[in-house]
Amino acid sequence: MTGNIKYDVIVIGAGHAGVEAGLAASRKGLKTLMLTINLDNIAFMPCNPSVGGPAKGIVVREVDALGGQMAKVIDKTHIQMRMLNTGKGPAVRALRAQADKVLYQQEMKSVLEQEPNLDILQGMVDELIIEDDVIRGVKTNVGTVYDADAVIITTGTFLRGEIILGDLKYSSGPNHQIPSLALADQLKELGFEIIRFKTGTPPRVNADSIDYSKTEIQPGDDVPRAFSFDTTEFIMDQLPCWLTYTSQETHEIITANLHLSAMYSGVVQGTGPRYCPSIEDKIVRFNDKPRHQIFLEPEGRNTKEVYVQGLSTSMPESVQRDMVTSIPGLENARMMRAGYAIEYDALVPTQLWPTLETKKIKNLYTAGQINGTSGYEEAAGQGLIAGINAANNLLGKEELILSRTDAYIGVLIDDLVTKGTNEPYRLLTSRAEHRLLLRHDNADIRLTEIGYDNGLISEERLARFNKKKANIDAELERLQKVRIKPNEHTQNIVSERGGTALKDGILAADLLRRPEMDYASIMEILNEEITLNQEEYEQVEVQIKYDGYIKKSLQQVDKMKRMEEKVIPENIDYDAVHSIATEARMKLKEVKPLNIAQASRISGVNPADISILLVYIEQGNVKRVEA
Amino acid sequence: MQFETISSISTPVGEGAIAIVRLSGEDAIEIADRLYKGAKKLSDTDSHTINYGHIIDPKTGETVEEVMVALMRAPKTYTREDIVEINCHGGIHTVNRVLQLTLNNGARMAEPGEFTKRAFLNGRVDLSQAEAVMDFIRAKTNEASKVANQQVQGRLKTYIEELRQSILNILAQVEVNIDYPEYDDVEEATTSFLLSEAKKVSDNIDKLLKSSTEGRILREGLSTVIVGKPNVGKSSLLNYLIQDNKAIVTDVAGTTRDILEEYVNVNGIPLKLVDTAGIRETDDIVEKIGVERSREALKDAELILYVMNNNDELTPEDLELLESADDKKVIGIVNKLDLENKLNINYLEEHFKIPLIKTSIINGEGVDDLENEIQEMFFEGSLSSTDSTYVSNNRHINLLEQAKTAIEDAISSAEMDVPVDIIQIDLIKTWELLGEVIGEDVSEQLIDKLFSQFCLGK
Repeated sequence: MTGNIKYDVIVIGAGHAGVEAGLAASRKGLKTLMLTINLDNIAFMPCNPSVGGPAKGIVVREVDALGGQMAKVIDKTHIQMRMLNTGKGPAVRALRAQADKVLYQQEMKSVLEQEPNLDILQGMVDELIIEDDVIRGVKTNVGTVYDADAVIITTGTFLRGEIILGDLKYSSGPNHQIPSLALADQLKELGFEIIRFKTGTPPRVNADSIDYSKTEIQPGDDVPRAFSFDTTEFIMDQLPCWLTYTSQETHEIITANLHLSAMYSGVVQGTGPRYCPSIEDKIVRFNDKPRHQIFLEPEGRNTKEVYVQGLSTSMPESVQRDMVTSIPGLENARMMRAGYAIEYDALVPTQLWPTLETKKIKNLYTAGQINGTSGYEEAAGQGLIAGINAANNLLGKEELILSRTDAYIGVLIDDLVTKGTNEPYRLLTSRAEHRLLLRHDNADIRLTEIGYDNGLISEERLARFNKKKANIDAELERLQKVRIKPNEHTQNIVSERGGTALKDGILAADLLRRPEMDYASIMEILNEEITLNQEEYEQVEVQIKYDGYIKKSLQQVDKMKRMEEKVIPENIDYDAVHSIATEARMKLKEVKPLNIAQASRISGVNPADISILLVYIEQGNVKRVEA
Repeated sequence: MQFETISSISTPVGEGAIAIVRLSGEDAIEIADRLYKGAKKLSDTDSHTINYGHIIDPKTGETVEEVMVALMRAPKTYTREDIVEINCHGGIHTVNRVLQLTLNNGARMAEPGEFTKRAFLNGRVDLSQAEAVMDFIRAKTNEASKVANQQVQGRLKTYIEELRQSILNILAQVEVNIDYPEYDDVEEATTSFLLSEAKKVSDNIDKLLKSSTEGRILREGLSTVIVGKPNVGKSSLLNYLIQDNKAIVTDVAGTTRDILEEYVNVNGIPLKLVDTAGIRETDDIVEKIGVERSREALKDAELILYVMNNNDELTPEDLELLESADDKKVIGIVNKLDLENKLNINYLEEHFKIPLIKTSIINGEGVDDLENEIQEMFFEGSLSSTDSTYVSNNRHINLLEQAKTAIEDAISSAEMDVPVDIIQIDLIKTWELLGEVIGEDVSEQLIDKLFSQFCLGK
């Protein structure tokens, strides 16, 4: 095999995981090749035209703080942005953008094209080249071999993809692209444990055929918003979405045709996500609900295509048409694409290390839907981590494992590799035990330095970030010292805000803690101009107002960190630890936890097993299995 | 967690005259100091000393037990951590209370075999013993889980499951609001909604905690003293109670019967009448042992029957003793109703919040009222018989106490009008702690609930 082109890193796939992986590796100075089945489908959004939302929006900010690309691209290409959960606490607020799908792809492709260390090439990988359980390269469907020291698989739903429409089932990738079959076969042959998952998408209709008078408008926020720390230009010209509902007739059509639905005719074998049910599912499982919400979301500025959110289905096309036209506002709607369900192969994610390297094959990484997740943001977060770790591995640098207390990305990966998943995994805020610490507003504070240490944040940005941090810290300190006198000026402002009059002087910080007070009111009381920018003073506000709760969380975090410091020796032979319960032993052998904290999160491993394990490790004479 | 200070009763339960509550860990001395009152603070005391003092409940200021405390600083201790051993001489009830106090003040209940594990991990036990230590932990755990399983059967388990289910409904509603803010089929959970729901949860936990007291009273008897000046009718009352209610025998292991105690059964509640000998001999406990000792007796008792003579005026001693006793456990008995009224009953009613029962014990009048009052006071009138709803296990009581603290945090947050997702933190904690009582794995339950109850998704 002479004359093969040699890369440091090869990324298979150019979806949301692939692009982050490829950019991270190449930006860290490694010669990187990204192979994709169709170059026109880079960063394609096969399902909903939106990025962000609860938990996911925080991931987008985390990706940005670590030096990823998603936030920057959506900031440039959205048609609408909204801050969700503004009426709730700071921990659960989240940005969501409606994307211009085509612009998003074009912008991402252009970023990739400009990356000096990155080659993008159209081609399908049919084979991984492996020697002695170490990845050496890939071979494409036209027989070309590319050598590499590390490979990252980000194939999304392409692996043995099958589209299902009614009783029709055919081999296909998402949006009727070519599926990847040979690679799927090889992964199975290599002995990877494969699960079959299913997901789906709704029909699209032509905007000109919608009667918007029968729907409710859902506009974006009229204040400038952005995901990225670097964004300085804001899109204020926004397009609205529209809300309508299914009708009694819709439900009757679905009930009458249920036997034709792929979901109920037995054609679908894969496990679908509970959080993304088809409309058939919704009507069967919640048959007492008279109607379901349907959001009409434009897919871009230069297209008439509108995504019918809430109508995900695998009914035959003709039934879908009837369903669509039974919805108020869509009576005359012209369908442009039918919805479909898709089944695909995914790896059981407990076969991965927390670095996203496979346990079986050295220097082979996987990220995104192939790891059993769902969602563009979840994919991007994993892609970034896999890219960083593949590069760090080759560069001989320390691996990057984010803790559950560092980031939602840490929660996501830890859940996957420690617990696995029996349905496509979606991030929810309730999956994070310390969500008060994992806020969208402090993603940069949590992660910028980690991004810098991993070579993806520039000196210039770090300096700007440090300035922001210094401003916040200085103001926090000042407000803990300044006393406010209970004079008339103060009392007036306090009572205007609906508070009870002050009895004595009070520290500015303590006054700010009152629910009715905000930073602006405090500054008004102090007769001072606000010199911090909005992001900075919001940070000050949150940190002071929720100080008690944050401290409580931090105490628990501290305990967990101490457990994380208790490292479990590599290749420990659990069979030699006699007193561990059988179930726990099996789980430990499968997951191979890196430390005691991770071990204690495995279901079926109880505190006594952890104690025994600690004693075993401590006695020093740890038996090992052969690597 | 491996780094917390742990506590447990380290002597066999129900045997021996003394029992030891042992604390080990970096906060052991600090925690003990919160409870211990002696010549000087333990933190100022030399290592490896035995110290005389009292254990005080820091919440109420009440003296719980007279103790000897052994103080041993790291590293020359069994676990190589700071160790405090509290030697108690009281019955099982007092020892349990001392243990609960250590738990409520920052210690965690020790896992089975944990002291030994720490001794090992800190290098105190020889490495060659590792195998033995591991087997020991396994054996202790299996033994403990057998006992624990027996203790969460039946109605207690159902009760906690129902309580958790109701909390889960609230949690799911909040989570839906957070993760699916546009989903319009579920009402927005407001802070005031959470406040009222959290109060319900808190009441339910109170009931469970109360059941632990009730269960204990039923097992061990309610320690009761009869006090009053000479010739007010104390011995009549005692004799009446003993005659009317046959003396009872309890079969609680380890409760050594004091010869000065008599057990009687009042409407199903066992009363342990203390210092009865004193009453019999002199009929004048106050005179015999002095006001100072009487106060002590009052402090230790769970029920005080304070007898006064209707035919006599109130004296400063009466007032002083009534004032020194905790309102909650005193029943005032105005005896000799058949004689002329000289006692200022109005004054008593105005100045003390205690129930007053009017009797003529010699004629058997009013004693039923007294018995009903006792039942009302400790069981709110209804005695739901000795079923297994009673929480008796120390670990469970401790978890419930923690759950109680968590739900109170949620309530105080809600009262300060903080956002729902912040209140949610303490609600989730409450729910998890209750899950621990019945040994449920909580990890995926909330998410399962979310998707089974609500129709979510694109």
